[in-house]
Amino acid sequence: MSETPVKVIVDLSQPKGQRESIVPLTAEEIAERDAMAAQAAQDEADRQAAADALQALKDSAKAKLIAGDPLTAEEADTLVI
Amino acid sequence: MQLIETIEVGSGGAASIEFTSIPQDGVDLVVKFSGRSTNGANRIACTFNSGSFSWIYLLGTGSSASSNSGTNSSYVYTGDSDYTANTFGNTEIYIANYTSATDKSISVDAVNENNATEAIQVIHAVKASMSQSITSLTLSGSANLAQYSTASLYKITAD
Repeated sequence: MSETPVKVIVDLSQPKGQRESIVPLTAEEIAERDAMAAQAAQDEADRQAAADALQALKDSAKAKLIAGDPLTAEEADTLVI
Repeated sequence: MQLIETIEVGSGGAASIEFTSIPQDGVDLVVKFSGRSTNGANRIACTFNSGSFSWIYLLGTGSSASSNSGTNSSYVYTGDSDYTANTFGNTEIYIANYTSATDKSISVDAVNENNATEAIQVIHAVKASMSQSITSLTLSGSANLAQYSTASLYKITAD
């Protein structure tokens, strides 16, 4: 069984040295954290997929330019003039 | 710029660092954060006592650049457990007019260090839609923040 994650609460209304407390996460907070992890993983996958797709378009545009073949509008959009 | 508090995560890590009862005698707030995640996640979320976010970012990985926009929590990039051992990410969050009763303008710049191909550098422009002052601020990871992750909260005063 894994340990319950904790959070550090810093109550700035208290004097220095008495502000910090370590509190276990509630079940609701753990569920929120799990949801955030899933969202973060999805967002990162989306970002990577978009970056890969852009790179593929650039590679294709470059190959067509070298070969003298016409570019698609999408490929042309990747060029910086 | 006046330091309000610095917190370092202890052994075992922590899911989040939450500053509460933030003093209301400043003009702007600044958070400086050095962090590393305990799993493969390389970012954490920054949230306040209320408000929703809209953001746009420009991100570079070392080999490519991209931009994106969104409307959920504002994310802060940090070190990743998959990255070179003992490397941490650095982030600064600047919150203008944090005691105002109107929307807040926030900028975030962050880098993570990784002695490998990918290391992220990102600049966020964020609007926090809220009608009250910021009294609490939470930095929370989808995994634990590793030991020695450190958050410092500063205020900018008018005098």
